[in-house]
Amino acid sequence: MTPRTMTNRRTLLKGAAAGGLLAAAPLAARFASAQSAAPIRIGFQQHSTGIGAAYGRWYGRTTEAAVKMINDAGGINGRPVEIVAEDDGTDPKRGAEVLEKFANQSNCDVAFGTLFSHVVIGSAPAAGELKLPYFVVSEGHHVASGMLNRYTLQPGITDVKSQVQAMAPYVSENLGKKVTMIYPDFAFGHDHRDYFSAAIKEQGGEVLEMIAIPPTETSFTKYFPKIPRDTEVVYHVMVGPAVLTFVKELGEFFGPSRPEIFGFIDSLEAVDLASPGLEFLEGTYFWEGNPRYAQEDQTSHDKLFREAVGVDANGASVSDPKDVSTYAHMFGCWETLHIIKAGMEAANYQGPEDRAKLIEAVEAMTDMPESDAHPQGPKRFNGKTHQVFGVQYISRVENGKLVKVHTTSIEDTLYPDEVDYTTMSF
Amino acid sequence: MEFGPHLLLAVLEGAVGAAVLALTALGLSLVFGVMRVVNVAHGEFFMLGAVIAWFVATSFGGQPAVGFVAALAVAPLIAGLVAVLVDRLILKPVKYDPEATIVGTIGVLYILQQTALMTYGPEARPVEPPFSHRIALPWFEWGENGFAMFYPWGLSTNSYKLFVIAAAIVILLVFWLVMTRSRAGLLMRATQLDRETALAFGIPVSRVYSVVFGLGAGLAALAAVLIVPIQQAHYLMGHDPLLLSFIVVIIGGLGSIRGTVLAAVLIGMSDGIISVFLSPTLSKIIATLLVALVLVFRPQGLFGKKPA
Repeated sequence: MTPRTMTNRRTLLKGAAAGGLLAAAPLAARFASAQSAAPIRIGFQQHSTGIGAAYGRWYGRTTEAAVKMINDAGGINGRPVEIVAEDDGTDPKRGAEVLEKFANQSNCDVAFGTLFSHVVIGSAPAAGELKLPYFVVSEGHHVASGMLNRYTLQPGITDVKSQVQAMAPYVSENLGKKVTMIYPDFAFGHDHRDYFSAAIKEQGGEVLEMIAIPPTETSFTKYFPKIPRDTEVVYHVMVGPAVLTFVKELGEFFGPSRPEIFGFIDSLEAVDLASPGLEFLEGTYFWEGNPRYAQEDQTSHDKLFREAVGVDANGASVSDPKDVSTYAHMFGCWETLHIIKAGMEAANYQGPEDRAKLIEAVEAMTDMPESDAHPQGPKRFNGKTHQVFGVQYISRVENGKLVKVHTTSIEDTLYPDEVDYTTMSF
Repeated sequence: MEFGPHLLLAVLEGAVGAAVLALTALGLSLVFGVMRVVNVAHGEFFMLGAVIAWFVATSFGGQPAVGFVAALAVAPLIAGLVAVLVDRLILKPVKYDPEATIVGTIGVLYILQQTALMTYGPEARPVEPPFSHRIALPWFEWGENGFAMFYPWGLSTNSYKLFVIAAAIVILLVFWLVMTRSRAGLLMRATQLDRETALAFGIPVSRVYSVVFGLGAGLAALAAVLIVPIQQAHYLMGHDPLLLSFIVVIIGGLGSIRGTVLAAVLIGMSDGIISVFLSPTLSKIIATLLVALVLVFRPQGLFGKKPA
């Protein structure tokens, strides 16, 4: 007979604690094999798992397409480009580990990628210590605010501060002046909170309520009753796997009588606008970094970019119309890789000993005209703050599609420098 | 929003949470009560239910109700079968030793999670509810013109959410009937009371254990199928239910069904109400504090029996 086993509260608690600890631990990292130094190796920090997975999938496809285009045209300085992709689990701690691996094990020349601001903030110190140029595609204001270091640059996508500053006049003039904000409770959301509320005040408007939602939340009904009744505009931005639930519940909450709604497209990235429950979005507005639906005035550059990545006119994968892209953001990977190419060619980059020269070459960049390398639109890079500025788009949902109704100028997005990275030593 | 309608909304929100939590925690409590096994993988069985529900519901297509009903039948069954396998392959060979089963179920947690990641992928995916109507709720109040009814802005619920609450109550009643009125329930209770005597009376304890472990996982999966049209299925969704279930089971008393249900209602409702009025983080803090208080002042839980 088996001995009688006794479990008491202590073992139960032990189990609960052990389970909790293990659940929080990162997954075992995959190991890539070291290879010869002949190709230029770009370490790609990819959100393959975790709350950023949908972005990671499309950032991966965009990166592949950009590298193919660069290699087909002869590579960088005559050398082929090779991507070393590593999953960062959308986790700051793992992000830093991944950077170390790029520098010490996989012999990468530079690191590139990642969207989620907490991963960028967690990884940037490692980039500085490893002296590894770190090109991020994250939109957060942390690069331009001076929070990071000289090795971290954001040359391929605009930051939240400039985006919301350019949007605020449109919101206050066309939708209303009493705004309630709903945003995720981490760095990216805080940028929205701080800079949009400031921008709307400057327009003579007022933010009635600011509702912060933890990034891992899966049900949102409990937050909506905090929306004051005299709200004229609901401003929403949400990221992560639960965005569809968020938007659906928002519509259910309001029912037939909703205020004006202005959303950042993050709340709908990788989500099909035709999903059931989203009908109420008809007539609402969205910020789009890059218009998801091919517009009437589509440029040849957008056409080429769409075809290269494999995206149809509705912003979904050509092979699966249900697989909707993160179109408003992923151009950042394409443009950043082209800037790395331009920077390496300007610096005559040979190997890791030229990393400082590469950063100086990128810092020297200014205007980047709209082109195949910059399909989203023209850009202006500020070498002092390591941040790029560009046009922004506002779209309105009409007949289940996003139709562009307003384009801001680059000037609308500018703000005074908060840092001068070029004065920092390497 | 005014206080009254706000509170009504919070109570409804809490009731949905409590209903799902009661089912999930009951599974954990049952397994612990009968087998003395701390199932750390319980949250992953919950996740498994949600993920299978997505596979089943999408493979049917057409009317969402058909896929949902199929998921309701299939997902708990598969999760239960997986649990029976776990019992046979892992728990039985280590002779249900408390420390070994904790380590074993931690392993199961990772295997299930990574299998879901490899087959289902890292995305969150929705299952369409079988039906969903927005129900605007009226509010009654004494105003300047006496008693009046009006529809405050935003005060509404959803027919599917009401269904989840009703379904959970029905399942709990059926479970209670099975435990108290059926032969299977009798065997489980006998095994729970005294394993050796049960064996001596010819009860197939090993088979009872398998069934109980499967039933526990099935309850978690059932809860997940109910919640997945509201929340979406995701391979990391097992953490929260596991943690909350542990909280409920500790507060309610180990292995006590009555205590588990009561504690689930308490935690679920307070979670709903506190997170609507104050903040969701605060509600988790209070739940954890409650666990600490229970452990200090009533270590056996609200309805647990003191060890002899």
